[in-house]
Amino acid sequence: MEKKLYDKLVMSHMPKENRGQNAFIAFVIGGLIGALGQFLVEFYSYYLGLSSSDASVFMIITLIFFASLFTALGFFDKWVKFARCGLIIPITGFAHSMTSAAIEYKKEGYVTGLGANMFKLAGTVILYGVVSAYIFGFIRLIIMGGI
Amino acid sequence: MTTKYKNVYIKDVSTVVGPYEFKGPLSKRFDKHYDDMYFGTDSLESAEIQLMKDSIDLVLNKSNLKNNDIDLFIAGDLQNQITSSCYTASSLNIPFLGIYSACATNTEGLGIGANYIESKICKNVLVSVSSHNMVSEKQFRNPTEYGAPKPGTATFTATGGASCILTNKKGKVRIESSTIGIPQDYNQTDPMNMGAVMVPAAANTIYKHLTDLGRTVDDYDLILTGDLGIYGKEILKDFMKKEYNIKLKNYNDCGVMLYDLEEQTDVQAGGSGPVCSPLVVYSDIIKKLENKELKRVLYVATGALFNPSMVFQKNNIISIAHAISLESVE
Repeated sequence: MEKKLYDKLVMSHMPKENRGQNAFIAFVIGGLIGALGQFLVEFYSYYLGLSSSDASVFMIITLIFFASLFTALGFFDKWVKFARCGLIIPITGFAHSMTSAAIEYKKEGYVTGLGANMFKLAGTVILYGVVSAYIFGFIRLIIMGGI
Repeated sequence: MTTKYKNVYIKDVSTVVGPYEFKGPLSKRFDKHYDDMYFGTDSLESAEIQLMKDSIDLVLNKSNLKNNDIDLFIAGDLQNQITSSCYTASSLNIPFLGIYSACATNTEGLGIGANYIESKICKNVLVSVSSHNMVSEKQFRNPTEYGAPKPGTATFTATGGASCILTNKKGKVRIESSTIGIPQDYNQTDPMNMGAVMVPAAANTIYKHLTDLGRTVDDYDLILTGDLGIYGKEILKDFMKKEYNIKLKNYNDCGVMLYDLEEQTDVQAGGSGPVCSPLVVYSDIIKKLENKELKRVLYVATGALFNPSMVFQKNNIISIAHAISLESVE
């Protein structure tokens, strides 16, 4: 059989994924995480009297802490499977990827295992995050004069 | 290449499974199961070694044989450097052949073992395979606690160990012939759709087996593929018809039989891994052959010779399938 014809045969047996439903769940849960983040910012700035930029840092730390804790307790992966990008795109996904890799390689030593592999998934995000921040910062400097 | 055998019998078989396989439809037929994924060891890799060792202890006990009664130990698994097999072999003190055909390893082992017995070089050959879901996840995919969603075509590596002793003394089930498959490359690159990768290899091996022996599908009570999954199974039926004009009858897939796909939705399209097909064949099919419920079964284990680095470098995934014909002895 021609390889192109085989591709057609394979495609004819592909299960249909309910993309609309997945997108909707991710949208709602992602939105809830956003709302939770905003609530935490308000909470910290109101009760601890922090500036809104300091409160944002506290909010990020809180989300990272709970995403990591829930990953270590072993049920966060099930939530991620359900919510998909709703939990992967926010900072919770970043924390989840680091903690899961850290748990996985802990047995292979703190340097050769945990240290070397913890950024296996998150490394990409950090690298291209920094690169794109640099590029967009540069564009902003040129267009808006560094405001 | 198809070889016929006159004098190769299956003496005993054993199966050990993890908790998820034990929840499946074959649960009561496995010899041993564990309730966690570590089996009393402190790492996942060691846990897989434990599975293989357990299955060997069980099969030696069943057959009343000792290590020094076994002339040759043939084993394979999915871990890098077939670790599970090598570490098991180091504790056995039996001459050891390590083999790899991914999920087709078991039929490769049975075929090699059958040749050694038929040629009278060996009297008893031990063939083992193992796989561990979390070891494979770690090695081929993402960390086990990382909840990346998978498409419906993805398969689930079975956790278990399975062993078989082949002998030249007459028993209830014999290996009647074997076909060594030819690797196939059909430009498939999706590791989340291994069924589609392996179908051409399964089809080619079934076709070669039937033409080499001048048989048709009617000569078999059951044709079993290894781990194509529910979608791969349908692709194979269509492919056999279009490519070779063969209509598959009495056909099933071990990956689909190992789990309850309605209830155990985590497995997506079905089970996979070297141990997937022997768990079904050893726990269920061999018993049916012994009872003469089935007369002749073609067991075609299918393997995707998948290397993550090669796929990231935009290369295709190669597949292979080896077939073993099992027959109930009169």
